[in-house]
Amino acid sequence: MKALALDLAASLARFLERLGGLARFALSLLWQSPGALLRPRLVVEQVYNTGALSLVIIMTCGLFVGMVLGLQGHDLLQRFGSEEALGTGAALSLLRELGPVVTALLFAGRAGTALASELGLMRATDQISAMEIMAVDPMRRVVVPRFLGGVIAMPLLTAVFIAVALFGVQLVGVQLLGVDQGQFWSQMRGAVELGDVREGLVKGFVFGVACSLIAVFEGYNAQPTAEGVGRATTRTVVNSAVVTLVLDYMLTAIML
Amino acid sequence: MRPSRTIDISTGLFVLLGFAAILFLVTQITNREFSLRSDSYRLQAQFENVGGLKPGAPVSMAGVTIGRVESIGYDMDLFKAVVTLRIDTRYDRIPNDSDASILTAGLLGGQYVGISPGGSDESFRDGDRVEFVQDAIVLENLISKYLFSQAGSKDRGDDSPAANPAATE
Repeated sequence: MKALALDLAASLARFLERLGGLARFALSLLWQSPGALLRPRLVVEQVYNTGALSLVIIMTCGLFVGMVLGLQGHDLLQRFGSEEALGTGAALSLLRELGPVVTALLFAGRAGTALASELGLMRATDQISAMEIMAVDPMRRVVVPRFLGGVIAMPLLTAVFIAVALFGVQLVGVQLLGVDQGQFWSQMRGAVELGDVREGLVKGFVFGVACSLIAVFEGYNAQPTAEGVGRATTRTVVNSAVVTLVLDYMLTAIML
Repeated sequence: MRPSRTIDISTGLFVLLGFAAILFLVTQITNREFSLRSDSYRLQAQFENVGGLKPGAPVSMAGVTIGRVESIGYDMDLFKAVVTLRIDTRYDRIPNDSDASILTAGLLGGQYVGISPGGSDESFRDGDRVEFVQDAIVLENLISKYLFSQAGSKDRGDDSPAANPAATE
């Protein structure tokens, strides 16, 4: 019993230590971010790595999420004889929830793991120590551009995801199942406010900050072993997913 | 690492695509058609009951959207709802004895303000009040009116059905 309590206390202490480390890491990232913008080349490279390279998977998944939404929404709305509301329902659920959340989960899986394993491997092969010896600040040279790249890429990926998903809804709903095209778009336009678009983009931005932060933190602080890099990658995905969903609830509660 | 020119071009394409998607979302699927133009004038209308009417709902004449509901307030002196309508200046010759009614689009659709033109030679000016209005139809009121009229016609001559509903059975 006593051993269990000690165990619990120790793991609680470890958790708090990690949380404190994350906060300190986030602050120093923010502190260094303006300096990194003076070297835009590094940031552009990371926007390419995290954003442009994720584009194919984001668009593919967006298309299929939209098509499924079209099928399910049509089936549900048909029971009430109001298939024309499909556009409204799909657009609102995509803008407010599905778009940002699914994009963030895909982003964590595609870009977050790449960031974490890259940084972890740099740590394991002593590249980061080598930079420190050469008086190059690895935070400024390596970590901050990767973080900023992710933060810039996420809202754009979210917007692309939602647009492609709406195309998917339209494809199934209008082309395949025969919902009236004019009704579909006009009901959507009547119901969607500018605030809904803003909610989606704000969520995309916040999730981008959270997922990029977790990825670079886990990678930078990975144990310098093969196992440590693997563990950092796993933790990146798991923590990003959990944090995304928790933040999503909070943001929804604030903005609704 | 690939040559940096390719990276630049693909990053540029990605950013362009992202902004194109944002632009699409903002312009194509939201109802911003009237807020972009500021050429409009305001009318006021007082209703006993606005039902589920909301700011931003369309104002239409013969099914054509000519404006939007700007705001809905409650007048504590008149005990009425005051609805401010914002009408596009393209439609500036609406007779000033036209009437405004709150209607429902479809069974599950939202409510909107319908204006049917009157016969006056003078038209509405900015800030005018619409004199002739028709309130939103509240379904419960309709049903209870129908029920009471049914009950009243069955036992005409008896006690008032509202006072003694059990007597109708």
